[in-house]
Amino acid sequence: MRVSFTVNGRRQEADNVWEGESLLFALRERMGLPGSKNACEQGECGSCTVLMDGVPVCSCLVAAGQAEGRDIVTVEGLADRAARRSGRDAPGTSLQDARGWRPDDPGLSPVQRAFVDAGAVQCGFCTPGLLVAADDLLEREPRPSDADIREALSGNLCRCTGYEKILDAVRLAAARTREREGER
Amino acid sequence: MTATGAPADAIRTSLASRTAGGIGESTLRPDGVLKVTGEFAYSSDLWHEDMIWGHTLRSPLAHAAIRSIDISRALAVPGVHAVLTHEDLPTAVTTYGLEIQDTPVLATRKVRHHGEPVALVAADHPETARRAAERIRVDYEELPVVTGEESALAPGAPLVHEDRTDHRSGRVPHPNIVHRQPVLKGDAAAAARRAEVIVRGEYTFGMQDQAFLGPESGLAIPAEDGGVDLHVATQWLHSDLGQIAPVLGLPENKVRMTLAGVGGAFGGREDLSMQIHACLLALRTGRPVKMVYNRFESFFGHVHRHPAKLTYEHGATRDGRLTHVRCRIVLDGGAYASSSPAVVGNAASLAVGPYAVDDVDIEALALYTNNPPCGAMRGFGAVQACFAYEAQMDKVAARLGLDPVEFRRINAMEQGTLMPTGQRVDSPAPVAELLRLVKARPLPPERGWENGDGTADVRALPGGLSNTTHGEGVVRGVGYAVGIKNVGFSEGFDDYSTARVRLQTAGGVPVATVYTAMAEVGQGGVTVHAQIVRTELGVERVTVQPADTGIGSAGGTSASRQTYVTGGAIRHACETVRAQVLERGRGLFGRDRPEWAEAGLRLADGRVLTERGETLAELAEVLGDEPAEAEVEWRHRPTEPLDRLTGRGNGHVQYSFAAHRAVVEVDTELGLVKVVELACAQDVGKALNPLSVIGQIQGGTTQGLGIAVMEEILVDPVTARVRNPSFTDYLIPTILDTPTIPVDMLELADDHAPYGLRGVGEAPTLSSTPAVLAAIRAATGLELNRTPVRPEHLTGT
Amino acid sequence: MDFLRPAGWEEALAVKAEHPDTVPIAGGTDVMVEINFDRRRPDRLMDLGRVEELRDWEVGEETVRLGASVTYTQIMENLRTELPGLAIASHTVASPQIRNRGGVGGNLGTASPAGDAHPALLAAGAEVEAESVRGSRRIPIDAFYTGVKRNALAPDELIRAVHIARADGPQQFSKVGTRNAMVIAVCAFALALHPRTRTVRTGIGSAAPTPVRAAEAEEFLAGALEEEGLWESRGAVPPSVAAHFARLAAASCAPIDDVRGTAAYRRHAVAVMARRTLGWSWESYRGGRSAPCV
Repeated sequence: MRVSFTVNGRRQEADNVWEGESLLFALRERMGLPGSKNACEQGECGSCTVLMDGVPVCSCLVAAGQAEGRDIVTVEGLADRAARRSGRDAPGTSLQDARGWRPDDPGLSPVQRAFVDAGAVQCGFCTPGLLVAADDLLEREPRPSDADIREALSGNLCRCTGYEKILDAVRLAAARTREREGER
Repeated sequence: MTATGAPADAIRTSLASRTAGGIGESTLRPDGVLKVTGEFAYSSDLWHEDMIWGHTLRSPLAHAAIRSIDISRALAVPGVHAVLTHEDLPTAVTTYGLEIQDTPVLATRKVRHHGEPVALVAADHPETARRAAERIRVDYEELPVVTGEESALAPGAPLVHEDRTDHRSGRVPHPNIVHRQPVLKGDAAAAARRAEVIVRGEYTFGMQDQAFLGPESGLAIPAEDGGVDLHVATQWLHSDLGQIAPVLGLPENKVRMTLAGVGGAFGGREDLSMQIHACLLALRTGRPVKMVYNRFESFFGHVHRHPAKLTYEHGATRDGRLTHVRCRIVLDGGAYASSSPAVVGNAASLAVGPYAVDDVDIEALALYTNNPPCGAMRGFGAVQACFAYEAQMDKVAARLGLDPVEFRRINAMEQGTLMPTGQRVDSPAPVAELLRLVKARPLPPERGWENGDGTADVRALPGGLSNTTHGEGVVRGVGYAVGIKNVGFSEGFDDYSTARVRLQTAGGVPVATVYTAMAEVGQGGVTVHAQIVRTELGVERVTVQPADTGIGSAGGTSASRQTYVTGGAIRHACETVRAQVLERGRGLFGRDRPEWAEAGLRLADGRVLTERGETLAELAEVLGDEPAEAEVEWRHRPTEPLDRLTGRGNGHVQYSFAAHRAVVEVDTELGLVKVVELACAQDVGKALNPLSVIGQIQGGTTQGLGIAVMEEILVDPVTARVRNPSFTDYLIPTILDTPTIPVDMLELADDHAPYGLRGVGEAPTLSSTPAVLAAIRAATGLELNRTPVRPEHLTGT
Repeated sequence: MDFLRPAGWEEALAVKAEHPDTVPIAGGTDVMVEINFDRRRPDRLMDLGRVEELRDWEVGEETVRLGASVTYTQIMENLRTELPGLAIASHTVASPQIRNRGGVGGNLGTASPAGDAHPALLAAGAEVEAESVRGSRRIPIDAFYTGVKRNALAPDELIRAVHIARADGPQQFSKVGTRNAMVIAVCAFALALHPRTRTVRTGIGSAAPTPVRAAEAEEFLAGALEEEGLWESRGAVPPSVAAHFARLAAASCAPIDDVRGTAAYRRHAVAVMARRTLGWSWESYRGGRSAPCV
């Protein structure tokens, strides 16, 4: 069958999709977007987390056909999404932003930057899903408590870090975003 | 290759780092940006034009003779390109293995464990391949299973490998024993008579899975020269290569391996999984073949941590000195040897723990059974022993009425202590200090779940979001443990690494390139390699080349050894490059400036400096257009095999130590556990990158927590079939199960190691488990002789 | 395999009538696992994602009519007052990502004894609104679960909504799993006090072939509360009453040993949860603090 939906702001189409295929498979194998990861394919690890119509979901449990006409954001689109949210025109960097906390930032969203800076990335396989979940949390709750962070990320397994640096990263992203917004 | 984010090019361009950081700084991962943008190409992300999909048919039975295999119906499925069985193997080499070549590439006359590969399918879509595999008819004749020591060694027991001819087969007491290693020191029987207190215990350690998140996967591309290019996630490219090439009947230079992005490893990628299968299908079909296991298959696709039964006897005098230790450790190796012999060596030589004991009688062995094959996992034999000896230490302390930390301190080993193998520990062994550090930390506040308005935050309570308690039945417990782990390959193994370093000018700026075959599996080797080069050659810009088999072996990313051994090789290569640079500089400028003849010249900030810091020349001037380059093989001090009968020998090159204090809260009525804090202290020798070191300690600690309270592969005792091959029923800790993990890092140099460093990856996985168990025992008063602890064990149900 | 995307409810019913073996998929959190792991290959998958009316809920005088596809997240966020037991249960479902997709209709359709919604529905009192081209009917929740992963739906029926009694008293839900998040129930227990009718209802998950009520325990407790005049006095429930209630709850289980736990543990845990949820609910009824979930 043919499926067609929007991914990271761009219309995507795929033909000859097998009806049992997941959105995750379609993104990874048909649309050249392998950033969302295939760690468990049973909704138990969160590595495939994407936003579907703005809501974090496990793309492994969405049939590709169910995504028809929907709006999908993957890790590959996170930086643009953050830029739009903060009022910038994606993907360019304004002078004001360039004078922010990271002048040499190569187009990363605050949460992406914080994951690198805090040492929250080891093997990195869980990272895309965590970033999407963390970005969603910070959009809803700019000042999350540690318990809030833990709850929001409780559907994302990480096997490398013991989660401590991931908590650090989310706290850091929250603090930087607040700082930046305070400056405006 | 037209790949989505082709791994090689992507890494090559982005790993050129501009940070000034040398060793000792927490520089950031050079692959970090790629990993957070989703561009980093893992082995399951690869794509190639004309690519088809490989699929494995696996045995549903644990032990069965194969009478026949009929593939005709599978071949008839439209879209199927090839179906292969053992009959299609191209050479007489049809088995592989890390040490004993006992593992069939595809099952031949029989299958020996649930999930063993039997046939392969290549098709144009994974679903086509699955449907075709379903149509392969395998006629099995079920055989009785061997599932443990009793059934393995019973008179007339079925032999898992009926015609063993491997080099260990003549030295084991029974063909169902892979390897056995005694370690004897002093006279344990005589010492036992001096003991005033004797404590015995029997312990059971469950089967743990590495549960790396990136499933086994890769892409094999047939080449015009008849060879194959294989992009794969592994821990050791050259070890794979040495096993793959003979089966394919190709010289090693025609099997070109490139490391694809690795989604975690933890020992589970030391053995082959889909490597040979993908190559066979690619060579047969002439098409690039991608294979990706799903999570279900992944549980059958790699070896697990050995489950173990451990029997211990500890004796002590009233004043708290250990008189002797006797123990027997039986590891279940499962159907194939994998690294069982080396795991036995570790379990035996480290069985007493980080304590000074004169009289010791140890026996460790690994069985062949029809259970899933077991091999390497972080901690490698030392983990199982630590769980048991630390439980024993608590029991002896309790019998003596001593504080458990004080009792450990009295018996703690230190630099100069003799191991049970007779090896003298010749670098710092701050066991007592590590325990002191974790004990000195303030305890986390009691009843941390209380919101202040009388309500409870269930997220901070046992059961978490499941809303099982609002404080009822909750009892706190505190426990301690400490462990000892060897670093590097042991028992006389030729442990080396190869590194090539090139220094040249680019755009007038000195730039270094480092090239090794080291497998970056997430540990941060790529970060540290660049730091070493910066420190040694004084350049800011360092490019870490992708790992492949175009250079000699780096050894495995295992045994906590890469920073030590490949780091050592890089450092040595840098020294050689530096010598070349200085030699060139003396030739060019030595006549004008006598300082060039001085000793102690160094490279820093892109310049050649005297020891006093005067600039002699810009590096770019000295280099000109001609690069300086060196490739070296570097080895650590040799180790010795352990004596077959006594276990004596300088078997290990380095030891590492970590201690934990666990604070838990147990819902004693429901048997649910919340770990509140898991403090760790570890001696790391020298932290080349403190951020990465702490990440290793926290990650290792959490894997130890997992095996303490939830993780276990369950194997049916009657059928030897795996009962929970999924992330629904094999549970690993979530962020709500993982506590804060404060870390104290000691940096006591090991003078034998590069920069004084100590391998750090594994030690924290050892003591975490027994510390959590000790804390649960303290909360419940229960004996708890097995891990993981399940609610049933805590509630007596 | 066919993939069908009906644009509305009538069309979905027509498909189901014509091809009763059609597998409906909404949140996908059960169906897709089975497809991904090659355990199920239906001839037809029917996406209910375009059927808007399944995503609505209506709060009536007596009941809440909850569309089959209303997600657990929406229940947690919007219906905590009307359906407190189901809201707590929803919060224990898997992970945030799953709660954003899964809903009660799917839980009922799969009818796994481990489904988290079932005990709360049993305790609150509910009717499943099933519909086919032949018409609509209401199936009482007590008659809905007919066996392990089997339910009372006819082959041509789809679940339109669930009618759940609005809470007239405190409700609680508790679930044992061997992990502190993202875990399938080893067993679960729900309790609802119904002061208006002076009754108590319960629901037990994962401790019998189907979700069940602890009928004897309910009757005993209602009787004891009546006898001691506790509905009026709002006095404390005597520990002996709570203990006996817990024993009877455990006795109504018919659990098995499996990879997630033993039968004996399940019985034990149901007793503990019965006692605790009674304590929390009654404390709340008495006007004390109802220790909330989060």
